[in-house]
Amino acid sequence: MQAVCLQHLTKTYDKGKILAVDKVSFEVKSGELFGLIGPDGAGKTSIFRILTTVLLADSGTAQLAGFDVVKDYREIRNRVGYMPGRFSLYQDLTVQENLKFFATVFGTTIDANYDLIKEIYDQIRPFSNRRAGKLSGGMKQKLALCCALIHKPDVLLLDEPTTGVDVVSRKEFWDMLKKLKSQGITILVSTPYMDEANLCERIALIQNGRIMSVATPEDIIDAYPVKLFGARADDIYKLLKDFRKDPETESCYAFGEFLHVTLINDQGASMEILNRIATKNKHSGVQIKEIEPGIEDSFIRLMNQNRECSNRPETVK
Amino acid sequence: MEEKVIICKELTKQFGNFYAVDKVSFDVYKGEIFGFLGANGAGKTTAMRILCGLSFPSSGEATVAGFNVYRQQESIKRNIGYMSQKFSLYENLSILENIEFFGGVYDVSRKEIKERSDKLIDDLGLQKEAKKMVGGLPLGWKQKLAFSVAIFHRPKIVFLDEPTGGVDPVTRRQFWDMIYDASASGITIFVTTHYMDEAEYCNRISVMVDGKMEALDTPGNLKKRFSVESMDEVFYQLARGAVRKAD
Repeated sequence: MQAVCLQHLTKTYDKGKILAVDKVSFEVKSGELFGLIGPDGAGKTSIFRILTTVLLADSGTAQLAGFDVVKDYREIRNRVGYMPGRFSLYQDLTVQENLKFFATVFGTTIDANYDLIKEIYDQIRPFSNRRAGKLSGGMKQKLALCCALIHKPDVLLLDEPTTGVDVVSRKEFWDMLKKLKSQGITILVSTPYMDEANLCERIALIQNGRIMSVATPEDIIDAYPVKLFGARADDIYKLLKDFRKDPETESCYAFGEFLHVTLINDQGASMEILNRIATKNKHSGVQIKEIEPGIEDSFIRLMNQNRECSNRPETVK
Repeated sequence: MEEKVIICKELTKQFGNFYAVDKVSFDVYKGEIFGFLGANGAGKTTAMRILCGLSFPSSGEATVAGFNVYRQQESIKRNIGYMSQKFSLYENLSILENIEFFGGVYDVSRKEIKERSDKLIDDLGLQKEAKKMVGGLPLGWKQKLAFSVAIFHRPKIVFLDEPTGGVDPVTRRQFWDMIYDASASGITIFVTTHYMDEAEYCNRISVMVDGKMEALDTPGNLKKRFSVESMDEVFYQLARGAVRKAD
């Protein structure tokens, strides 16, 4: 059975002027760890709010655990655990009071599902009498996750749980998600960090309300249609400009310590062409190699393709 | 000798017996892109507030753009620009009105405001949107506009607090193009980010852990020092030892 199902879901705001979600369809399998990957304003939160039955779509349908988000909203609310992007527990209640409150609202007790949250809760237990508002970012996040899990939901919806969180806490959080998945919970998680895409089983890349691709991270990377090269030189910013100016370059953008470059004609002597461009522009310390694309490369390519299709002017060459 | 625009000596900020910033010393050079990294709670925001003239240090010395952080806060504010992830232009003013307002606040003359804003609108390709309310712009454009406004009065230093959080990967790179251009024109960039690929774009990187500056070097040298391939791993090695975990 599919845990989450969306068919042609569309949502507009401001009397139809702003198209937030544009005919979005995808499915999340039962027990899957599924990532919705896209920047701010892509439509991720609107989708989450429709799935948690707190927002109505203009058109299209969606089901969660087999229940319709409009008709069976009460059933869904009992079966879904939701962690919104903004911290939304009661700041004036203590850690333990928050947890007890959410357990009671769902007609259960902390003890009934304790095994599910034990590992996460143990990390914040030393602070169980502290008010939630006084917790650090990482601890708030753990408490919010515990509260979203306390009624043992079938599906966990996490809206940007790692936004603004540092690298160390992000790693810890994804480790927790993997453990939850191993306990059979379906997880739909959104993130603007492309590097987190690889931690999901399948992902949907979303931009401007539209799904650009749904597949495993590996398949999305395999579908990258051209060869990708990494290039660097002593003056890397000048190298970037020189590559962009050259008619043989299809695209060139910064990516960490290397530039990522693709050529219009990438059959055959690509390395020679790239080295020639660098030499022609008198660069020193030049290093060029063929590299494996990542999710972010795929995302950039799909974004630029979509922009070309819709004739929008803003394109990175 | 390169010109120093920020000088910090044993800068400290104490709240009760908690040392948010603990004897931090470093210099930032003119035109440099200086990455200011650290885990949540490491003391970045506190340090940045002192350098922006918004908060007094408890002890230690610092000058920003040649002005003393104890005695010349107002002069500091006039000579720096600031931009954060949280959008801070007026949503109900048009692009031009925002530029005019912030230009005026920083004492840019009317004539200069007119000339510079025409060029700015051209550079950003926002001719059609110039008279529209800023609130309706897409996020990426807002951030680019906010940066342009932050450097509109030609400050010596611009402080960028996670300027690209949540921005799409294409716009993020266009934003860094703007940072490079500003740096090339002599503006010093002081930037925090959670994206480790962006750390690579900085001339030098500092990493704060528990109020102390645990590392300060070029990305290349830091990777060598920790014998790792990426800045991500450098940061992870430094930050995972942190005791403090606050916001």
